[in-house]
Amino acid sequence: MMVLKSWEVVGLKKGTLKQILLITDGCSNKGEDPVAVASIAQQQGITVNVIGILDDGHAEQDESLQEVEDIALSGGGVSQLVYKQSLSQTVQSVTKQAMTQTMQGFVNKELEQILGKGQSMEDLEPEKRGEIMEVVEDMGETCDLEVLVLVDTSASMYDKLPTVKEALMDLSISLNARIGRNRFAIYRFPGKRKQMDRILEWSPALDSISSIFPKLTSGGVTPTGPAIREAMYQFGKKSLRRGFKYEDEQPGMEEA
Amino acid sequence: MKMNSQEWKKLDIDVRPGIKLRGKWHGKTYLIQRKLGAGAIGVVYLCVCNGKQAALKISDKRSSMTVEVNVLKSLAKVQGNRLGPSLLDVDDWVSPQGICYSFYVMEYLHGEPLISYVQRRGQAWVGVFMLQLLDALQELHQNGWVFGDLKADNLLVVSSPPKVRWVDVGGTTQIGRSIKEYTEFYDRGYWGLGTRKAEASYDLFAFTMVFLHVYYPNQFAKESSPQKQLFRKIDSVKELAPYRMVLKKALVGNYHTSKQMKNDLLKIIYTTERKNMRAHQQHGQQTNSSSLFIDIGGISALAIIYYAVSLLFQ
Ligand SMILES: Nc1ncnc2c1ncn2[C@@H]1O[C@H](COP(=O)(O)OP(=O)(O)O)[C@@H](O)[C@H]1O
Ligand SMILES: [Mg+2]
Repeated sequence: MMVLKSWEVVGLKKGTLKQILLITDGCSNKGEDPVAVASIAQQQGITVNVIGILDDGHAEQDESLQEVEDIALSGGGVSQLVYKQSLSQTVQSVTKQAMTQTMQGFVNKELEQILGKGQSMEDLEPEKRGEIMEVVEDMGETCDLEVLVLVDTSASMYDKLPTVKEALMDLSISLNARIGRNRFAIYRFPGKRKQMDRILEWSPALDSISSIFPKLTSGGVTPTGPAIREAMYQFGKKSLRRGFKYEDEQPGMEEA
Repeated sequence: MKMNSQEWKKLDIDVRPGIKLRGKWHGKTYLIQRKLGAGAIGVVYLCVCNGKQAALKISDKRSSMTVEVNVLKSLAKVQGNRLGPSLLDVDDWVSPQGICYSFYVMEYLHGEPLISYVQRRGQAWVGVFMLQLLDALQELHQNGWVFGDLKADNLLVVSSPPKVRWVDVGGTTQIGRSIKEYTEFYDRGYWGLGTRKAEASYDLFAFTMVFLHVYYPNQFAKESSPQKQLFRKIDSVKELAPYRMVLKKALVGNYHTSKQMKNDLLKIIYTTERKNMRAHQQHGQQTNSSSLFIDIGGISALAIIYYAVSLLFQ
C-alpha cells in the first residue's frame, strides 16, 4: 500500500492556492447569476468561499441566504452564516477549511488513480487516513495563498463594516502565522461607477486597512455575480505575478 | 467556531445514552452512558467497553478528527503528554440513518473542571496548578509541540492526589507552524499581543488567561487598549497579587520557556512564605487582620506541599 510522504508524491510542487472570499448579508439583485459565475471561477482554479452575515433576530433558515450556500457549493468552497459577533473566528476558519478541502480534493484525485474510481480518503481505514491527512496538513501549512476579499457594501451592510474590517485584520494574523506566503486584495461591490472598486492592492498583510475602511460609503444594488466575475480576472494580472512564476497546471493549484 | 445547532441535533439524535456503537473497522462495541461535554469539533461521551469506562469523542468532521488522532499518536510516542488522556481506539461508525461518523476512544479522566474546583476547594490550589501546568507545558514544548487551545474548559482536576490534566488536542501544533485552533479569549492574536505562530510563549499567554478566567468567570470583552486592560484586570484580583509580575511578563511574551516562568513563580512562592513566617514571629499567635495576608500565606505553604506530593505521584 502506498505511503504518501510529500507533495511530490501527489504530483504537486509547492503551489499557490487561490480563493475569493465573499462577505455579504443577502441577495444579489443585479447582473448574471452568481452561482453560475462561481462555477466558472472554480473551473479556473479559484475557490469561492462565502460568508453570510445574519442580522440579529434573523433566522438561520432564511431563504434569502440560501444563495450563500449555493455560491460556495458551485465555487468549490465553504460557506457559513454568522452573526457579526463571531465574524472573526468564522472568516479564518472558513478560509482554512477551504484550503484543507482543496488539498483533499487533489489528494483524492491521486488516490483514485491508485485505488480505483470513486474511492476517496474516507474509504481508507483510519491508519492510512492519518498518513494522508498529515500530507494535507503539510500542504496547507506551506503552500502560498492568494485571497481576494469581496465585500458587499450595499446599504444594509453599513453598520457591519467595522466588524468586517476587524475580521479581515484577524484573518491576516492567522494566515501570516503559516510557513507559506500570503497575498491579500480587497474589493468592494457595488463600486462608485463600476461593478466593483478596489480597496486594497495585492499585499502581504491586511494591517494597513484600518485607515481605508471607515471611509467606505454604501449604497445601491448588489451585483454579486458581476463582482465575482471581475474578481476572477484580478488573479491573472501581471502585478500579481511579481515574485511568483505561474504555469497553468491543476485547478486551484499552480506550480511555483 | 462552535458546531452549529443543526449539527448538534443530528449527533444528539444518533448517539443517545443506552445505544451500542460498533466500530466499522476494528469491530469493538461501546455502550454509550452519558454525555461528558461538547465543543467545536465534536461530542464526548462516557462509554463502557469490556467492563471498563472510557471517553469516546465522535464527530462527522472527519478530517479534524483524523488530525487530532495524529496528534494523540505522536504524543504517545514522546514523553510530552503526561497530562493528556491516552488513546485507546480509532474507528468509524455508520449510524442507522447511514451517516458516517469518525470516533476515537481515550482514557476517561474522572475530574472536575478547573474553575469549579478552585471555587469549591479554595485559593490554595491556584499555585499548585500553576506549577503543575508549567511542568507539563515545559515537557510538551521540549518535545516540539505547543498545546494551542489552552483554556479552562480543557482543564480537568482529577483527585488523589489532586492533579490538573488537559483534554482536547484539537489545537496542539508543532512548534513553528500556525496554531490550528484557538479560542479568542485565550488567544494573544485576538488581544493584539502577538502572533498565532506556535511558540512556547503562545501557551504561556493562554496560561495567564486561564487564571484570569478563574477570577472572572464570565470573562470580559476587549477594550481599545488591550494590554493596559489586561494588566488592570490582573491588578484588580487580590488573590493574584503575589503572581502579578509573573503573569504580566507572560502576557507580553517575555518568557520564552515555561521553565523561566516556573522559576520566577517558585521564587515568589518561597519569598512570600519567608515573609509570612517572619510576620508570624512578629505578631506571635494572634490572627492577622489583613485578609490579603492570610490568602498569600495560604497559597504558598500549601502550594509547596501539594506540588511536592504531586511530583511523587506522576
Ligand atoms: N478524556 C476525557 N475524559 C473526561 N472528559 C472529557 C474527556 N475528553 C473530553 N472531555 C469533556 O468533553 C468536553 C469536550 O471535549 P473536547 O475534546 O474539548 O471537544 P472539542 O474539541 O469539540 O472542544 C471537554 O471540555 C471535557 O469536559
Ligand atoms: Mg474543547
